[in-house]
Amino acid sequence: MNSMLVVARKEFRDDFRNRWTIAVAILFAFLALGIAYFGGAAAGKVGFTSFEATLASLTTLAAFIIPLIGLLIAYHTIVGERDNGTLLLILSYPLSRAELLTGKFVGHCAALGAAALAGFGLAVAIIQLMQPPTRTLAAWLQIGNFIASASMLGASFVALACVISVITDDKSRAAGLALVMWFASVVLFDLALLAVLVFSGGNHAEQAVYPYLLLLNPIDVFRLINLTTLGHGAGNDLFMGMTASHVYHPAMLYLVMLSWIVVPFWIALSVFRRKEV
Amino acid sequence: MQNAIEIAALCKRYERVTALQEISATVPNGQVIGLLGHNGAGKSTLIKLILGLIAPTSGHVKVLGETPWGSHTHPLRRRLGYLPESVAFYGNLTGQEVIDYLASLKHAPRQQSRQLLERVGLGHAAGRRVSGYSKGMRQRLGLAQALLNSPEIVLLDEPTAGLDPQATRELYAIIGELRQAGRCVLISSHLLAELEPHIDGALILREGQLLAAGSMIGLRRQAGLPSIVSVRLDAQTDGSGLAQDLEHLGVVHAIQPDGRLEIQIPEDGKVDLLRSILGHPIIADVEVREPTLARLYDWLGANQRRNAGELP
Repeated sequence: MNSMLVVARKEFRDDFRNRWTIAVAILFAFLALGIAYFGGAAAGKVGFTSFEATLASLTTLAAFIIPLIGLLIAYHTIVGERDNGTLLLILSYPLSRAELLTGKFVGHCAALGAAALAGFGLAVAIIQLMQPPTRTLAAWLQIGNFIASASMLGASFVALACVISVITDDKSRAAGLALVMWFASVVLFDLALLAVLVFSGGNHAEQAVYPYLLLLNPIDVFRLINLTTLGHGAGNDLFMGMTASHVYHPAMLYLVMLSWIVVPFWIALSVFRRKEV
Repeated sequence: MQNAIEIAALCKRYERVTALQEISATVPNGQVIGLLGHNGAGKSTLIKLILGLIAPTSGHVKVLGETPWGSHTHPLRRRLGYLPESVAFYGNLTGQEVIDYLASLKHAPRQQSRQLLERVGLGHAAGRRVSGYSKGMRQRLGLAQALLNSPEIVLLDEPTAGLDPQATRELYAIIGELRQAGRCVLISSHLLAELEPHIDGALILREGQLLAAGSMIGLRRQAGLPSIVSVRLDAQTDGSGLAQDLEHLGVVHAIQPDGRLEIQIPEDGKVDLLRSILGHPIIADVEVREPTLARLYDWLGANQRRNAGELP
């Protein structure tokens, strides 16, 4: 347990030192502020508008970026140590493989969570400063919900990156696989669902199954968590329209999200345990 | 006295390759043992088995009386030090940070990391990033971490690869100190000549088989290789008396291209030979060469092939 925390602390510090955490926090803050300020440009006005609309746009953007960051921050977790020649060394130390992988996972997740909290938190604070009407408890709950789910989405992709990291034998292959995974989960999955929807014409059986198919992608779970709390009219009517027939319980969505963290991590752990060095 | 490492009928097979077959050997406490063999002879595999990083296909390893793999090996691992082959460490950290990180993983005393950096001659570079270190400095850092927590057994995999002569000397000086402190050091290397003066015994591997194991004296005696007496002759003096004496003694001798006379003589006849020939005025200079580890290695290899019927 102690060794796990030592590893986690090192990874967390490394992410800071490599400017990952700070760059990501700044990116989050700028995105949030930019969307908040220019989000209404299409409607002919610039400036801070509806808080809910901002959050909806932010969700769409975060759904693209956070998985990428999660993958990039962690794809080298194990395979990078192998490339360095330090994997053999670390494994000869008195710590188990589970402690090593868990430590790295926790460290990267903490860095990503800290970046999300700092970046989005700062942006929201600025928005609230400029626009007193948004200073409501509901707004804070929504942004809390957003940051929590964004962190969990990041953790889910850190866990998937851990899987990539233990199954590959060199860093460049791991990087390639990480990009393929990002593309598949961000673009191909939704395209495939859309194709199913178009060809089946939306019959009853398919309408019953469709909401559950969405749960097969952590990115869609993240969207659902945020967009279902915001409701209609927030710029995501298509997405909401497809799922309107089904009411998701927030606790259930969080539970699915959690399993999207736990299951990939568990897979990474069991593969790593069996792997010869 | 208990042996530091005991290996019995150890086999390690990968899917297609047999990395080690039927290795049995012991490594006594308090000695510096060379693990010798060409690249691919199975040296690193044996070290990984000793460290418990991989499990054997069959056979047993006991390290300090315990089995090194399995779940309850953490106390054992704190008593071992290991320097892997060509380790690059974490380029974004300083030398001090690397060793502090590793020290906390090994539960080593905090002030020890600084002392070890000084000891391997990295005190001045402790605050610099490892990415700027030379190969030699990385090896020193590797040696420093292998000494964390004062291990009873130190395993060094090709520790001098890429080191300059000065750094190599310093490395062997530290190994000498470890021997004096009663530690067991296992050094794998294919640089036989360099290693020879520093080891008490050797395990010699070839293509996954153990060719020979034992103390250097015992190995030499076992091989029965002759010493070589190399004589520089004075060209102005008549040498017929020496030639007659050599004929009389019946020893193998030949004039080398550089004009020196080389006489091969078994270990036990060496002193008698020297007594009888040194009286001849033609002899200007004498050099005695003991059988080297490299010759021993070649002899063992030839012996193995002979036994396998590959050579006449």
